[in-house]
Amino acid sequence: MADLTRADVAHLAGLARIDLSDAELDKMVGELAVILESVATVQQAPIADVEPMSHPMPLVNVTRPDVVRPSLTPDEALSGAPESEQQRFSVPRILDEE
Amino acid sequence: MTTTTGPEPTLSFDEALASFDPVMGLEVHVELGTNTKMFCGCPTAFGAEPNTQTCPVCLGLPGALPVVNAVAVESAIRIGLALNCSIAEWCRFARKNYFYPDMPKNFQTSQYDEPIAFDGYLDVELEDGSTYRVQIERAHMEEDTGKSLHVGGSTGRIHGATHSLVDYNRAGIPLIEIVTKPMTGAGERAPEVAKAYVATLRDLLKAMDVSDVKMEQGSMRCDVNLSLMRKDADVFGTRTETKNVNSLRSVERAVRYEIGRHAAVLSSGGSITQETRHWHEDTGITTSGRVKSDAEDYRYFPEPDLVPVAPSRESVEALRGTLPEPPAERRKRLQAAWGFADLEMRDVVNAGLVELVEETVAAGASPAAARKWWSGEVARRANGEGVDVPSYAARIGVTPAHVVELESLVTSGRLNDSMARQAWEGVLDGEGTPTAVADARGLELVQDTGALEAAVDTVIAANPDVADKIRDGKVQAVGALIGQVMREMKGHADAAAARQIILEKLGQA
Repeated sequence: MADLTRADVAHLAGLARIDLSDAELDKMVGELAVILESVATVQQAPIADVEPMSHPMPLVNVTRPDVVRPSLTPDEALSGAPESEQQRFSVPRILDEE
Repeated sequence: MTTTTGPEPTLSFDEALASFDPVMGLEVHVELGTNTKMFCGCPTAFGAEPNTQTCPVCLGLPGALPVVNAVAVESAIRIGLALNCSIAEWCRFARKNYFYPDMPKNFQTSQYDEPIAFDGYLDVELEDGSTYRVQIERAHMEEDTGKSLHVGGSTGRIHGATHSLVDYNRAGIPLIEIVTKPMTGAGERAPEVAKAYVATLRDLLKAMDVSDVKMEQGSMRCDVNLSLMRKDADVFGTRTETKNVNSLRSVERAVRYEIGRHAAVLSSGGSITQETRHWHEDTGITTSGRVKSDAEDYRYFPEPDLVPVAPSRESVEALRGTLPEPPAERRKRLQAAWGFADLEMRDVVNAGLVELVEETVAAGASPAAARKWWSGEVARRANGEGVDVPSYAARIGVTPAHVVELESLVTSGRLNDSMARQAWEGVLDGEGTPTAVADARGLELVQDTGALEAAVDTVIAANPDVADKIRDGKVQAVGALIGQVMREMKGHADAAAARQIILEKLGQA
């Protein structure tokens, strides 16, 4: 795996809408590198004879009946929103951001 | 990002088709009519107050676990079967990742390379009676997105907005996306084929009762991919994708417009940019949207929170057994059974009266009476309210039984045609059953021939000239006398009986 650069982390932070200071960026480059290195151990697993899988349990067709269950109230739904208006989630303008 | 606001040059349709063959691909999104969303138990009602139909699953809150709606999967399989598709023995959902606030999860749960249904076709009947077979690439399950309201711009459009307000009631409603293979060889009929395909698909889905397929409410939406290839070429040209073409008429117009625009660009030595285009219903043109040259990377991967869908072959066959008769075949069968001319049948179909006429005939009316009474006055009133006849009839409580009763009042000789019309108006005005209206309004043909004969005598005496003409053999003059007899009887007479008596008295019977 290619080394994680400071630019990579800045790009990811931008995509995830996380505001990082220069100091935090430096710290994250180091921490994320350690995490990736740890996870990379998985790549040593002997998988030559193993089918790719997307789920650890051999289950199929887990469904629920088409029956309405209570929803959140609008107040509850909006309680985690940094800003709301007209009972809607307020989000930064969508175009011309890049 | 490039944005073009003004209309671009276009070539006339005929000029365009002289040099190019259009290739189309249609993507139709259909909202299923389930009670609940695709992955959670939130209701799916249209027009609810904002953010009243959300929960941790469809808001993408941490720790929420989606579970698939069983009815949505069944509907997807039924749609696949109705489109003559193969049904996957095993398939998965995938995350389509993107950063856009219409999905709070930052991904849409969709299907990627394992659609539930694939490789089908739909035969589409064209105006001239010929058939075009549309090949279906796939039909897959996914979820709808939230609705954004753009604030701060002058027109409510996304451009110039300062911020956007999002309602997630629609986020997570089950969607089936139906994708055609490239449609070639339609030539100058490409716009008609596109429209006929969407119309046929809509009728089919409606007959299956899987969606209310209301294009004006967005429960059926169409994206039009179009490219042109030169007549001597063997590879497709660059395509554009025109989004949200949401009426049958617009599908036809958008195809026609893009053919002319592509042809103008290509004929002047230019090249088509692969991009998304926006359809403008009011002006009938498309304008440039997102440029797709950076090839959006949705980083699809299998959704780890959902297990695969693996419908057994038995369950698929059981669902096949629930498919209704295809609408086109059904129309042909009913037309033959009812003895309607092509034009009569087309009027019945276009007015959305097929089911109502069928129910009315089943209730005992003649097909001709069913067609007659559900057209005319009731259609005029329904139009006035901007609804179709079945909805209007349901609202005012007028039923097939009313038509049966009205017809029997005519065949039994109690009412003539003009009285029956009055009785029907009374029924539509909420005055009760046809018999009740006839009683209340005193509508009844006079059966007393004595009264009728007296009226005839009076009219003959008052019109000696006309009477002489009839005696001399000019039988067609009888009409003038019948009218007067009817007036004399205040309309409560059988015109045929009046005619008979007049002719008898004047020696012509």
